[in-house]
Amino acid sequence: MNIPQELKYTKEHEWIIIEGNIGTIGITDFAQKELGDIVYIDINSLNKTLKAGEIFGTVEAVKTVSDLYLPMSGKIVAFNTELQQHPEFVNNDPYKTGWIIKIELTQLTEQQSLLSAEQYKNII
Amino acid sequence: MSKQTPLYQEHVQLGAKFTSFAGYAMPVSYTSINEEHKTVRQAVGLFDISHMGEIIVEGYAALAFLQYVTCNDVSKLIQGKIQYSCLMNEQGGTVDDLLIYCLEPSKKYLLVINAANTDKDFAYLLQHSRAFDVQLKNISEQTILLSLQGPAAMSLAQKFTSENLDLPYYSFKKVKWFNHEEVLIGNTGYTGAGGIEIFFKHEDDFTVRVWRELLSEGRSFNIKPIGLAARDTLRLEMGFSLYGHELSDSISPIEANLGKFVKLYKESFIGKIHLEKLHLTGVDRKLAGFELVEQGIPRQGYEVYSDKQKLIGSVTSGTFSPSLNKPIGICMIATAYTPTGSTIYLKIRDKFVKGIIVSYPFINKNTKL
Repeated sequence: MNIPQELKYTKEHEWIIIEGNIGTIGITDFAQKELGDIVYIDINSLNKTLKAGEIFGTVEAVKTVSDLYLPMSGKIVAFNTELQQHPEFVNNDPYKTGWIIKIELTQLTEQQSLLSAEQYKNII
Repeated sequence: MSKQTPLYQEHVQLGAKFTSFAGYAMPVSYTSINEEHKTVRQAVGLFDISHMGEIIVEGYAALAFLQYVTCNDVSKLIQGKIQYSCLMNEQGGTVDDLLIYCLEPSKKYLLVINAANTDKDFAYLLQHSRAFDVQLKNISEQTILLSLQGPAAMSLAQKFTSENLDLPYYSFKKVKWFNHEEVLIGNTGYTGAGGIEIFFKHEDDFTVRVWRELLSEGRSFNIKPIGLAARDTLRLEMGFSLYGHELSDSISPIEANLGKFVKLYKESFIGKIHLEKLHLTGVDRKLAGFELVEQGIPRQGYEVYSDKQKLIGSVTSGTFSPSLNKPIGICMIATAYTPTGSTIYLKIRDKFVKGIIVSYPFINKNTKL
Protein backbone atom coordinates (compact mmCIF):
# COMPACT_ATOMS: atom_id res chain seq x y z
CA MET A 1 0.00 0.00 0.00
CA ASN A 2 1.46 3.31 -1.07
CA ILE A 3 1.12 6.04 1.61
CA PRO A 4 3.56 8.89 0.86
CA GLN A 5 5.12 10.48 3.93
CA GLU A 6 4.83 14.06 2.72
CA LEU A 7 1.00 14.03 2.47
CA LYS A 8 -1.74 14.54 5.08
CA TYR A 9 -4.78 12.28 5.20
CA THR A 10 -8.40 12.09 6.32
CA LYS A 11 -10.15 9.08 7.76
CA GLU A 12 -12.43 9.24 4.68
CA HIS A 13 -9.35 8.38 2.58
CA GLU A 14 -8.59 11.72 0.96
CA TRP A 15 -5.05 13.10 0.84
CA ILE A 16 -3.92 16.72 0.69
CA ILE A 17 -0.61 18.41 0.05
CA ILE A 18 -0.23 22.07 1.00
CA GLU A 19 1.96 24.53 -0.91
CA GLY A 20 1.56 28.09 0.35
CA ASN A 21 -2.18 28.57 0.73
CA ILE A 22 -3.07 26.09 -2.03
CA GLY A 23 -4.03 22.52 -1.21
CA THR A 24 -4.08 19.74 -3.80
CA ILE A 25 -6.50 16.95 -2.98
CA GLY A 26 -7.08 13.40 -4.16
CA ILE A 27 -8.02 9.98 -2.84
CA THR A 28 -5.58 7.45 -1.42
CA ASP A 29 -4.19 4.31 -2.98
CA PHE A 30 -6.23 2.33 -0.44
CA ALA A 31 -9.42 4.13 -1.51
CA GLN A 32 -8.90 3.53 -5.23
CA LYS A 33 -8.22 -0.16 -4.59
CA GLU A 34 -11.40 -0.48 -2.54
CA LEU A 35 -13.47 1.30 -5.18
CA GLY A 36 -12.09 -0.68 -8.10
CA ASP A 37 -12.28 0.66 -11.65
CA ILE A 38 -13.18 4.34 -11.47
CA VAL A 39 -15.28 5.54 -14.39
CA TYR A 40 -16.37 9.06 -13.54
CA ILE A 41 -15.45 11.87 -11.15
CA ASP A 42 -18.33 14.27 -10.54
CA ILE A 43 -17.24 17.63 -9.11
CA ASN A 44 -20.10 20.05 -8.51
CA SER A 45 -18.22 22.43 -6.23
CA LEU A 46 -15.90 24.33 -8.55
CA ASN A 47 -15.58 27.99 -7.42
CA LYS A 48 -17.59 27.25 -4.30
CA THR A 49 -16.35 27.87 -0.78
CA LEU A 50 -16.88 24.89 1.48
CA LYS A 51 -15.98 23.89 5.01
CA ALA A 52 -13.75 21.00 6.03
CA GLY A 53 -15.77 17.77 6.03
CA GLU A 54 -18.27 18.94 3.41
CA ILE A 55 -18.86 16.92 0.25
CA PHE A 56 -17.11 18.39 -2.78
CA GLY A 57 -17.99 15.71 -5.31
CA THR A 58 -18.45 12.03 -5.90
CA VAL A 59 -16.40 9.30 -7.44
CA GLU A 60 -18.21 6.63 -9.44
CA ALA A 61 -16.68 3.20 -9.82
CA VAL A 62 -18.24 0.43 -11.90
CA LYS A 63 -19.78 -1.13 -8.84
CA THR A 64 -20.23 1.70 -6.39
CA VAL A 65 -20.39 5.44 -5.81
CA SER A 66 -18.60 7.27 -3.01
CA ASP A 67 -18.72 10.86 -1.77
CA LEU A 68 -15.59 12.98 -1.59
CA TYR A 69 -15.02 14.98 1.61
CA LEU A 70 -13.02 18.15 1.79
CA PRO A 71 -10.03 17.75 4.16
CA MET A 72 -9.77 21.52 4.86
CA SER A 73 -11.97 24.59 4.38
CA GLY A 74 -11.55 26.83 1.38
CA LYS A 75 -12.56 27.75 -2.15
CA ILE A 76 -12.33 25.08 -4.85
CA VAL A 77 -10.27 26.78 -7.55
CA ALA A 78 -9.35 23.96 -9.93
CA PHE A 79 -10.54 20.52 -11.07
CA ASN A 80 -8.23 18.10 -12.82
CA THR A 81 -10.03 18.14 -16.17
CA GLU A 82 -7.74 15.35 -17.45
CA LEU A 83 -9.90 13.04 -15.34
CA GLN A 84 -12.91 13.68 -17.58
CA GLN A 85 -11.16 11.71 -20.32
CA HIS A 86 -9.02 9.55 -18.05
CA PRO A 87 -10.76 8.72 -14.76
CA GLU A 88 -8.46 5.69 -14.57
CA PHE A 89 -5.60 8.05 -13.61
CA VAL A 90 -7.08 7.92 -10.10
CA ASN A 91 -6.60 4.14 -10.08
CA ASN A 92 -3.21 4.09 -11.75
CA ASP A 93 -1.55 7.08 -10.12
CA PRO A 94 -3.70 8.41 -7.25
CA TYR A 95 -1.06 10.79 -5.84
CA LYS A 96 0.21 12.40 -9.04
CA THR A 97 -1.75 12.47 -12.32
CA GLY A 98 -4.82 11.33 -10.38
CA TRP A 99 -5.16 14.49 -8.27
CA ILE A 100 -8.74 15.73 -8.18
CA ILE A 101 -9.07 19.37 -7.06
CA LYS A 102 -7.07 22.37 -5.89
CA ILE A 103 -8.36 24.53 -3.11
CA GLU A 104 -7.49 27.98 -1.79
CA LEU A 105 -7.21 27.33 1.94
CA THR A 106 -8.89 29.65 4.39
CA GLN A 107 -8.05 27.86 7.68
CA LEU A 108 -4.43 26.73 7.57
CA THR A 109 -4.56 25.67 11.22
CA GLU A 110 -6.96 22.88 10.26
CA GLN A 111 -4.03 20.84 9.02
CA GLN A 112 -3.18 20.01 12.61
CA SER A 113 -6.27 17.80 12.84
CA LEU A 114 -5.37 15.80 9.72
CA LEU A 115 -3.70 12.41 9.87
CA SER A 116 -0.03 11.80 9.22
CA ALA A 117 1.02 8.95 6.92
CA GLU A 118 1.74 6.86 10.01
CA GLN A 119 -1.65 7.58 11.59
CA TYR A 120 -3.47 6.91 8.34
CA LYS A 121 -1.67 3.60 7.91
CA ASN A 122 -2.96 2.54 11.32
CA ILE A 123 -6.63 3.05 10.45
CA ILE A 124 -6.70 1.10 7.19
CA MET B 1 -21.99 -15.89 9.25
CA SER B 2 -22.00 -16.07 5.48
CA LYS B 3 -22.13 -19.37 3.67
CA GLN B 4 -19.24 -20.21 1.38
CA THR B 5 -19.02 -22.22 -1.79
CA PRO B 6 -16.62 -25.19 -1.61
CA LEU B 7 -14.17 -23.14 -3.71
CA TYR B 8 -13.98 -20.28 -1.19
CA GLN B 9 -10.33 -20.98 -0.27
CA GLU B 10 -9.39 -20.97 -3.95
CA HIS B 11 -10.86 -17.48 -4.27
CA VAL B 12 -8.97 -16.31 -1.19
CA GLN B 13 -5.72 -17.62 -2.62
CA LEU B 14 -6.42 -15.84 -5.90
CA GLY B 15 -6.71 -12.56 -4.00
CA ALA B 16 -10.44 -12.05 -4.51
CA LYS B 17 -12.38 -9.20 -2.96
CA PHE B 18 -15.58 -10.60 -1.47
CA THR B 19 -19.14 -9.41 -1.25
CA SER B 20 -22.14 -10.86 0.49
CA PHE B 21 -24.64 -12.13 -2.05
CA ALA B 22 -27.68 -14.29 -1.29
CA GLY B 23 -26.13 -15.22 2.04
CA TYR B 24 -22.84 -16.31 0.47
CA ALA B 25 -19.42 -14.71 0.64
CA MET B 26 -18.81 -14.48 -3.10
CA PRO B 27 -15.83 -13.15 -5.08
CA VAL B 28 -16.85 -9.75 -6.45
CA SER B 29 -13.62 -9.31 -8.39
CA TYR B 30 -10.07 -10.69 -8.42
CA THR B 31 -8.14 -7.97 -10.22
CA SER B 32 -10.12 -5.29 -12.03
CA ILE B 33 -13.75 -5.42 -13.17
CA ASN B 34 -12.86 -3.95 -16.55
CA GLU B 35 -10.08 -6.45 -17.12
CA GLU B 36 -12.28 -9.35 -16.09
CA HIS B 37 -15.08 -8.09 -18.31
CA LYS B 38 -12.78 -7.79 -21.33
CA THR B 39 -11.27 -11.20 -20.66
CA VAL B 40 -14.70 -12.79 -21.05
CA ARG B 41 -15.51 -10.81 -24.20
CA GLN B 42 -12.14 -11.48 -25.84
CA ALA B 43 -10.71 -14.70 -24.35
CA VAL B 44 -12.23 -16.88 -21.62
CA GLY B 45 -13.26 -16.44 -18.00
CA LEU B 46 -14.13 -18.89 -15.24
CA PHE B 47 -16.93 -18.21 -12.74
CA ASP B 48 -17.75 -20.11 -9.57
CA ILE B 49 -21.53 -19.76 -9.37
CA SER B 50 -22.09 -22.69 -7.02
CA HIS B 51 -24.27 -20.44 -4.89
CA MET B 52 -27.03 -20.85 -7.47
CA GLY B 53 -29.91 -23.17 -6.68
CA GLU B 54 -30.64 -26.53 -8.30
CA ILE B 55 -33.86 -28.46 -7.80
CA ILE B 56 -34.76 -31.83 -9.30
CA VAL B 57 -38.42 -32.35 -10.19
CA GLU B 58 -39.21 -36.00 -10.76
CA GLY B 59 -42.31 -38.15 -11.10
CA TYR B 60 -45.15 -39.12 -13.42
CA ALA B 61 -46.66 -35.66 -13.18
CA ALA B 62 -43.40 -33.72 -13.48
CA LEU B 63 -44.38 -32.24 -16.83
CA ALA B 64 -47.92 -31.34 -15.75
CA PHE B 65 -46.56 -29.76 -12.58
CA LEU B 66 -44.01 -27.61 -14.40
CA GLN B 67 -46.62 -26.63 -16.98
CA TYR B 68 -48.72 -25.38 -14.08
CA VAL B 69 -46.07 -23.34 -12.22
CA THR B 70 -44.11 -21.87 -15.15
CA CYS B 71 -45.15 -19.61 -18.04
CA ASN B 72 -43.25 -21.25 -20.91
CA ASP B 73 -44.31 -24.48 -22.66
CA VAL B 74 -42.35 -27.28 -21.01
CA SER B 75 -43.93 -29.89 -23.32
CA LYS B 76 -41.69 -28.56 -26.09
CA LEU B 77 -38.58 -29.66 -24.21
CA ILE B 78 -36.99 -32.83 -25.49
CA GLN B 79 -34.24 -34.72 -23.73
CA GLY B 80 -31.01 -32.76 -23.66
CA LYS B 81 -32.63 -29.39 -24.24
CA ILE B 82 -32.84 -26.38 -21.94
CA GLN B 83 -35.61 -23.80 -21.63
CA TYR B 84 -35.70 -20.32 -20.11
CA SER B 85 -38.86 -19.65 -18.12
CA CYS B 86 -40.38 -17.98 -15.07
CA LEU B 87 -42.14 -19.31 -11.99
CA MET B 88 -45.36 -17.36 -11.67
CA ASN B 89 -47.48 -16.13 -8.80
CA GLU B 90 -51.29 -15.75 -8.82
CA GLN B 91 -51.03 -12.02 -9.59
CA GLY B 92 -48.95 -12.62 -12.71
CA GLY B 93 -45.78 -11.50 -10.93
CA THR B 94 -42.54 -13.42 -11.16
CA VAL B 95 -41.47 -15.70 -8.31
CA ASP B 96 -38.18 -16.35 -10.10
CA ASP B 97 -36.69 -16.79 -13.53
CA LEU B 98 -35.01 -20.08 -14.21
CA LEU B 99 -33.57 -22.60 -16.64
CA ILE B 100 -35.27 -25.98 -17.02
CA TYR B 101 -33.08 -28.88 -18.14
CA CYS B 102 -35.00 -31.87 -19.54
CA LEU B 103 -33.28 -34.92 -18.05
CA GLU B 104 -36.07 -37.34 -19.02
CA PRO B 105 -39.04 -36.06 -21.03
CA SER B 106 -42.19 -35.61 -18.95
CA LYS B 107 -40.60 -37.34 -15.94
CA LYS B 108 -37.44 -35.65 -14.72
CA TYR B 109 -36.20 -32.07 -14.91
CA LEU B 110 -33.43 -29.99 -13.37
CA LEU B 111 -34.35 -26.43 -12.42
CA VAL B 112 -31.54 -23.90 -12.10
CA ILE B 113 -32.69 -20.94 -10.03
CA ASN B 114 -31.38 -17.75 -8.49
CA ALA B 115 -29.35 -18.17 -5.31
CA ALA B 116 -31.29 -15.43 -3.52
CA ASN B 117 -34.54 -17.28 -4.25
CA THR B 118 -33.59 -20.89 -3.56
CA ASP B 119 -35.51 -21.17 -0.28
CA LYS B 120 -38.48 -19.15 -1.54
CA ASP B 121 -38.70 -21.20 -4.75
CA PHE B 122 -38.41 -24.53 -2.97
CA ALA B 123 -41.19 -23.60 -0.53
CA TYR B 124 -43.34 -22.37 -3.42
CA LEU B 125 -42.76 -25.55 -5.43
CA LEU B 126 -43.46 -27.77 -2.44
CA GLN B 127 -46.69 -25.96 -1.71
CA HIS B 128 -47.98 -26.33 -5.28
CA SER B 129 -46.69 -29.88 -5.74
CA ARG B 130 -49.20 -31.40 -3.32
CA ALA B 131 -51.77 -31.92 -6.06
CA PHE B 132 -49.24 -33.59 -8.35
CA ASP B 133 -47.44 -36.91 -8.32
CA VAL B 134 -43.95 -35.42 -8.13
CA GLN B 135 -40.95 -35.45 -5.83
CA LEU B 136 -38.77 -32.41 -5.34
CA LYS B 137 -35.17 -32.55 -4.32
CA ASN B 138 -33.14 -29.47 -3.47
CA ILE B 139 -29.58 -30.41 -4.49
CA SER B 140 -28.18 -26.86 -4.29
CA GLU B 141 -25.80 -27.47 -1.40
CA GLN B 142 -23.95 -30.41 -2.95
CA THR B 143 -23.94 -29.12 -6.52
CA ILE B 144 -20.99 -27.26 -8.01
CA LEU B 145 -21.77 -24.95 -10.89
CA LEU B 146 -18.94 -23.41 -12.87
CA SER B 147 -19.44 -21.16 -15.84
CA LEU B 148 -16.78 -20.99 -18.52
CA GLN B 149 -17.53 -18.07 -20.80
CA GLY B 150 -15.84 -16.42 -23.75
CA PRO B 151 -14.84 -17.13 -27.35
CA ALA B 152 -12.17 -19.62 -26.22
CA ALA B 153 -14.41 -21.47 -23.74
CA MET B 154 -15.23 -24.44 -25.98
CA SER B 155 -11.64 -25.02 -27.09
CA LEU B 156 -10.49 -24.99 -23.49
CA ALA B 157 -13.25 -27.25 -22.19
CA GLN B 158 -12.61 -29.73 -24.98
CA LYS B 159 -9.17 -30.44 -23.49
CA PHE B 160 -10.83 -32.13 -20.53
CA THR B 161 -12.96 -34.68 -22.29
CA SER B 162 -12.73 -36.85 -25.39
CA GLU B 163 -16.47 -36.41 -26.00
CA ASN B 164 -17.51 -33.77 -28.48
CA LEU B 165 -18.68 -30.60 -26.70
CA ASP B 166 -19.95 -28.94 -29.83
CA LEU B 167 -23.48 -28.51 -28.46
CA PRO B 168 -26.27 -26.41 -29.95
CA TYR B 169 -27.30 -23.36 -27.88
CA TYR B 170 -29.57 -24.27 -24.96
CA SER B 171 -28.61 -27.95 -25.08
CA PHE B 172 -26.75 -30.08 -22.60
CA LYS B 173 -25.17 -33.47 -22.22
CA LYS B 174 -23.43 -35.56 -19.64
CA VAL B 175 -19.77 -36.17 -20.36
CA LYS B 176 -16.78 -37.69 -18.57
CA TRP B 177 -14.45 -34.94 -17.34
CA PHE B 178 -10.82 -36.08 -17.22
CA ASN B 179 -12.46 -39.06 -19.01
CA HIS B 180 -13.72 -40.55 -15.77
CA GLU B 181 -16.01 -38.31 -13.69
CA GLU B 182 -19.49 -37.50 -14.96
CA VAL B 183 -20.39 -33.85 -15.28
CA LEU B 184 -23.30 -32.13 -16.98
CA ILE B 185 -22.38 -29.53 -19.60
CA GLY B 186 -24.94 -26.98 -20.73
CA ASN B 187 -24.45 -24.57 -23.60
CA THR B 188 -25.91 -21.52 -21.89
CA GLY B 189 -24.54 -18.53 -20.08
CA TYR B 190 -25.29 -15.11 -18.76
CA THR B 191 -22.67 -13.10 -20.61
CA GLY B 192 -23.46 -13.21 -24.33
CA ALA B 193 -19.87 -14.27 -24.93
CA GLY B 194 -20.70 -17.94 -25.54
CA GLY B 195 -19.50 -20.87 -23.52
CA ILE B 196 -20.71 -23.54 -21.17
CA GLU B 197 -21.90 -24.18 -17.65
CA ILE B 198 -20.53 -27.22 -15.84
CA PHE B 199 -22.52 -29.00 -13.11
CA PHE B 200 -21.26 -31.78 -10.88
CA LYS B 201 -21.65 -33.20 -7.42
CA HIS B 202 -19.21 -31.69 -4.98
CA GLU B 203 -16.33 -33.91 -3.88
CA ASP B 204 -13.41 -32.11 -2.25
CA ASP B 205 -10.54 -33.25 -4.43
CA PHE B 206 -12.43 -33.35 -7.68
CA THR B 207 -14.00 -29.91 -7.26
CA VAL B 208 -10.68 -28.21 -6.58
CA ARG B 209 -8.99 -30.13 -9.35
CA VAL B 210 -11.56 -29.10 -11.97
CA TRP B 211 -11.22 -25.44 -10.93
CA ARG B 212 -7.43 -25.42 -10.81
CA GLU B 213 -6.89 -27.32 -14.03
CA LEU B 214 -9.26 -25.06 -15.95
CA LEU B 215 -7.21 -22.10 -14.77
CA SER B 216 -3.84 -23.72 -15.49
CA GLU B 217 -4.78 -25.23 -18.88
CA GLY B 218 -6.50 -21.94 -19.63
CA ARG B 219 -3.32 -19.91 -19.30
CA SER B 220 -2.53 -20.31 -22.98
CA PHE B 221 -5.98 -18.83 -23.69
CA ASN B 222 -5.39 -15.94 -21.23
CA ILE B 223 -8.03 -17.17 -18.83
CA LYS B 224 -8.96 -15.27 -15.67
CA PRO B 225 -11.27 -16.07 -12.79
CA ILE B 226 -14.22 -13.67 -12.95
CA GLY B 227 -16.17 -12.19 -10.05
CA LEU B 228 -19.79 -11.17 -9.65
CA ALA B 229 -19.14 -7.52 -10.56
CA ALA B 230 -18.05 -8.36 -14.11
CA ARG B 231 -20.81 -10.97 -14.31
CA ASP B 232 -23.20 -8.07 -13.75
CA THR B 233 -21.66 -5.72 -16.36
CA LEU B 234 -21.54 -8.61 -18.87
CA ARG B 235 -25.18 -9.57 -18.41
CA LEU B 236 -26.31 -5.96 -18.47
CA GLU B 237 -24.65 -5.31 -21.84
CA MET B 238 -26.77 -8.19 -23.14
CA GLY B 239 -29.88 -6.84 -21.42
CA PHE B 240 -30.38 -10.10 -19.52
CA SER B 241 -32.78 -9.72 -16.61
CA LEU B 242 -31.50 -10.03 -13.06
CA TYR B 243 -34.05 -11.04 -10.47
CA GLY B 244 -34.49 -8.29 -7.89
CA HIS B 245 -33.79 -5.71 -10.60
CA GLU B 246 -35.71 -6.37 -13.83
CA LEU B 247 -37.94 -9.06 -12.32
CA SER B 248 -39.70 -9.39 -8.98
CA ASP B 249 -42.82 -10.73 -7.31
CA SER B 250 -44.60 -7.60 -8.55
CA ILE B 251 -43.18 -7.50 -12.10
CA SER B 252 -44.73 -9.70 -14.77
CA PRO B 253 -42.60 -11.25 -17.52
CA ILE B 254 -44.65 -9.24 -20.03
CA GLU B 255 -43.63 -5.95 -18.43
CA ALA B 256 -40.06 -7.26 -18.46
CA ASN B 257 -40.18 -7.75 -22.26
CA LEU B 258 -40.14 -11.52 -21.78
CA GLY B 259 -43.52 -11.99 -23.47
CA LYS B 260 -42.10 -14.51 -25.93
CA PHE B 261 -41.54 -16.89 -23.01
CA VAL B 262 -45.19 -16.58 -21.92
CA LYS B 263 -47.32 -19.21 -23.67
CA LEU B 264 -50.93 -18.15 -23.19
CA TYR B 265 -52.17 -21.06 -25.32
CA LYS B 266 -51.28 -23.40 -22.44
CA GLU B 267 -54.36 -24.85 -20.75
CA SER B 268 -53.96 -23.29 -17.34
CA PHE B 269 -51.07 -22.12 -15.26
CA ILE B 270 -50.55 -19.92 -12.25
CA GLY B 271 -51.06 -16.26 -13.07
CA LYS B 272 -52.45 -16.96 -16.56
CA ILE B 273 -55.60 -14.85 -16.05
CA HIS B 274 -53.55 -11.78 -15.16
CA LEU B 275 -51.08 -12.32 -17.97
CA GLU B 276 -53.94 -12.67 -20.48
CA LYS B 277 -55.33 -9.38 -19.29
CA LEU B 278 -51.96 -7.66 -19.65
CA HIS B 279 -51.60 -9.20 -23.09
CA LEU B 280 -55.01 -7.86 -24.19
CA THR B 281 -54.96 -4.42 -22.62
CA GLY B 282 -51.24 -3.77 -22.97
CA VAL B 283 -48.97 -2.86 -20.08
CA ASP B 284 -48.90 0.52 -18.34
CA ARG B 285 -45.20 0.23 -17.70
CA LYS B 286 -42.37 -1.82 -19.08
CA LEU B 287 -38.62 -2.13 -19.25
CA ALA B 288 -36.62 0.01 -21.63
CA GLY B 289 -32.91 0.31 -22.27
CA PHE B 290 -31.20 3.67 -22.16
CA GLU B 291 -27.83 5.31 -22.40
CA LEU B 292 -26.83 8.58 -20.79
CA VAL B 293 -25.78 11.38 -23.11
CA GLU B 294 -24.48 13.47 -20.21
CA GLN B 295 -21.96 12.37 -17.62
CA GLY B 296 -23.11 10.18 -14.77
CA ILE B 297 -23.51 6.54 -13.86
CA PRO B 298 -27.03 5.13 -13.55
CA ARG B 299 -27.79 2.98 -10.50
CA GLN B 300 -30.77 0.90 -9.44
CA GLY B 301 -33.50 3.02 -7.84
CA TYR B 302 -32.66 6.36 -9.46
CA GLU B 303 -35.85 8.16 -10.51
CA VAL B 304 -36.59 8.60 -14.21
CA TYR B 305 -38.39 11.72 -15.53
CA SER B 306 -39.82 12.50 -18.97
CA ASP B 307 -38.97 16.16 -18.66
CA LYS B 308 -37.63 17.69 -15.51
CA GLN B 309 -41.00 17.43 -13.74
CA LYS B 310 -42.88 14.28 -14.59
CA LEU B 311 -41.77 11.14 -12.77
CA ILE B 312 -42.25 8.13 -15.08
CA GLY B 313 -40.39 5.30 -13.33
CA SER B 314 -37.04 4.21 -12.02
CA VAL B 315 -33.77 2.56 -13.00
CA THR B 316 -33.65 -1.22 -12.48
CA SER B 317 -29.97 -1.68 -13.40
CA GLY B 318 -27.21 0.59 -14.55
CA THR B 319 -23.50 0.58 -15.08
CA PHE B 320 -20.67 1.98 -17.10
CA SER B 321 -20.38 -0.43 -20.02
CA PRO B 322 -16.77 -1.59 -20.37
CA SER B 323 -17.35 -2.71 -23.98
CA LEU B 324 -19.10 0.46 -25.16
CA ASN B 325 -17.27 2.82 -22.83
CA LYS B 326 -20.45 4.65 -21.89
CA PRO B 327 -23.12 4.63 -19.19
CA ILE B 328 -26.00 2.25 -19.94
CA GLY B 329 -28.98 0.95 -18.03
CA ILE B 330 -32.46 -0.51 -17.97
CA CYS B 331 -35.44 1.28 -16.46
CA MET B 332 -39.06 0.42 -15.70
CA ILE B 333 -41.09 3.35 -17.01
CA ALA B 334 -44.54 4.29 -18.28
CA THR B 335 -45.05 2.59 -21.64
CA ALA B 336 -45.70 5.88 -23.46
CA TYR B 337 -42.07 6.88 -22.95
CA THR B 338 -40.43 3.64 -24.09
CA PRO B 339 -40.09 4.19 -27.89
CA THR B 340 -36.46 4.20 -29.01
CA GLY B 341 -35.09 7.71 -29.24
CA SER B 342 -37.26 9.16 -26.44
CA THR B 343 -35.47 11.56 -24.13
CA ILE B 344 -35.45 10.80 -20.40
CA TYR B 345 -33.82 12.43 -17.39
CA LEU B 346 -32.33 10.57 -14.48
CA LYS B 347 -32.25 12.25 -11.13
CA ILE B 348 -28.74 11.60 -9.87
CA ARG B 349 -28.33 13.11 -6.43
CA ASP B 350 -29.20 16.80 -6.90
CA LYS B 351 -29.26 17.03 -10.69
CA PHE B 352 -30.99 15.81 -13.82
CA VAL B 353 -28.85 13.87 -16.26
CA LYS B 354 -30.11 13.43 -19.80
CA GLY B 355 -30.50 10.01 -21.37
CA ILE B 356 -31.99 8.48 -24.47
CA ILE B 357 -34.04 5.29 -24.84
CA VAL B 358 -32.20 2.66 -26.89
CA SER B 359 -32.98 -0.95 -27.69
CA TYR B 360 -31.15 -3.75 -25.95
CA PRO B 361 -29.02 -5.96 -26.10
CA PHE B 362 -26.66 -3.00 -25.95
CA ILE B 363 -23.98 -4.96 -27.77
CA ASN B 364 -24.30 -7.24 -30.77
CA LYS B 365 -22.04 -9.15 -33.09
CA ASN B 366 -20.99 -5.94 -34.80
CA THR B 367 -19.80 -4.31 -31.60
CA LYS B 368 -16.05 -4.03 -31.60
CA LEU B 369 -14.91 -5.77 -28.44
